[in-house]
Amino acid sequence: MVLTAKADKDTVWRLLSEVPDPEIPVLSIVDLGIVRWVRTDHTRIAVGIAPTYTGCPATEVIAANVLKHLGQNGLDATVERVLSPPWTTDWISDEGRKKLHAYGIAPPAGSTNDELRVACPRCDSKQTEKVSEFGSTPCKASYKCSDCLEPFEYFKCL
Amino acid sequence: MTDKTHLFEYLLRLGDNALVLGQRLGEWVAHGPELEEEMAMANFALDYIGQARLFLSYAGEVEGQRRDEDQLAFLRDSIDFKNVLLVEQPNGDFGQTIARQFLYESFYQFQLEGLSRSTDTRIAEIAERVSKEIRYHLRHTRKWVLRLGDGTDESHKRIQNSFDELWRFSGELFVADETDNWAVEHGIGPNPETLSSRWNQFVGAALTEATLIQPDDGWMDGGGRYGRHSEHLGYLLADMQFLQRAYPAASW
Ligand SMILES: [Zn+2]
Repeated sequence: MVLTAKADKDTVWRLLSEVPDPEIPVLSIVDLGIVRWVRTDHTRIAVGIAPTYTGCPATEVIAANVLKHLGQNGLDATVERVLSPPWTTDWISDEGRKKLHAYGIAPPAGSTNDELRVACPRCDSKQTEKVSEFGSTPCKASYKCSDCLEPFEYFKCL
Repeated sequence: MTDKTHLFEYLLRLGDNALVLGQRLGEWVAHGPELEEEMAMANFALDYIGQARLFLSYAGEVEGQRRDEDQLAFLRDSIDFKNVLLVEQPNGDFGQTIARQFLYESFYQFQLEGLSRSTDTRIAEIAERVSKEIRYHLRHTRKWVLRLGDGTDESHKRIQNSFDELWRFSGELFVADETDNWAVEHGIGPNPETLSSRWNQFVGAALTEATLIQPDDGWMDGGGRYGRHSEHLGYLLADMQFLQRAYPAASW
C-alpha cells in the first residue's frame, strides 16, 4: 500500500483513539491523555506524545503502535516526544476514568500528593487500605478492600 | 573550555548520577526484603534509567561525535564517568539503600527545582517532568527513614550506622566547580552551594523525627565528578556493560 500524508486531523485523532495503551489495553492512548497534538499540513502528519513516566518502557511501544496503526490505514506519520507540560493523571479523560473503573482499576482520586480515600472498584466501599505505593507498572499502587476483601490496583496520582 | 564542552560535561554528570543509581537500585530485583519493596526499588530504578536516557541522549547531541545514549552508557570506562561517589556506593542492607536514596534525593529535589527554571528549555522540560517522580520517591523513602529509625533497636542501630557511613559522600554534592559556575552564569542550573542549607534542614528534620542523630560534617570524600571513583564503580560497570563489550552492537 502506498502511504499518504494527506489526512484531516479528525481522521488522525479517530485512528489514534483506536490505539490501546499496551499496559492497560482497556484505555486508548487518547483516553490516557498522552496524545498532545496532531499536526497536518498535507505534506506530513506529526503526532506529539507525552510519556507518562520518563522510564516507562511502554513509551517506545506506543510510538511504534501509532505508526503501525496509521500505516495500516494508509497514513505516513512521524511521532515526536513531548515533555512539557508533563503528563499527570489529570490528563486522563472522564471516559478513561469510567473505563478504568469498569476494568477493575481504581481511577486516580483528586490530584498529586493527596492521600485520599480510594474506593474499591468492585463494591465501591471506601473502607480500603493501601498495601504498597507501587504496583505491577510504574503508574499503579496496590490496594485491598476491607469490605469485599478484593485486592485491586489504583492508578496513582502524579 | 567552550560552552559546548561545559554543557556536555554538565549533562554527563546529570546522566551518570541517574544511570549509576538506577543500576544500583535494579540490583534489588529478585532480592527485595518483601514483594512490595522490591517493586518499589524496581520502579525507582526504571525512573532513573529513563532520566539517564534523556540526559545522555542530549549529551550525545551536544558533543556532536555521533555517540548516542547507549554508547555513552556502555562504552565509557569508569574514569570517564562523572557521577558523584554517593550513588555508586553498594546497596548494603535495605536500610543502607534507604539512607543512600534519602540523602541523594533530598539533594536532587532541590537541584531539579533549580534546573526546571533553566534557560536551556530542554533541561527545564526534563527537570519539570522528573521533579514529579522524585517527589513521589521521597515520600516513600522518608517514610522508611522514620520506620527504620524509630523502629526496633536493631533497625535503629543499623540505619544510624548507614547514615554515619554515607555522610562523608554528601559533601561532594554541594561543591561548585568551574562547570557549575559556568552553569550558574548562563542560567543553566543552580549553584550547588546554595542548596546545602535547605538540604540540611530537610534531612535534619527527617532524622530528628526518626530519632536519629545527624552526623557531624567531618572529612568529606569526593572526586567522582572528575572520574576518581571508589572501587565499587568498576564492578557495577562490569556488570552493566558486559554484554555490549563482549558482543559489540548486540541488540534485541
Ligand atoms: Zn470491595
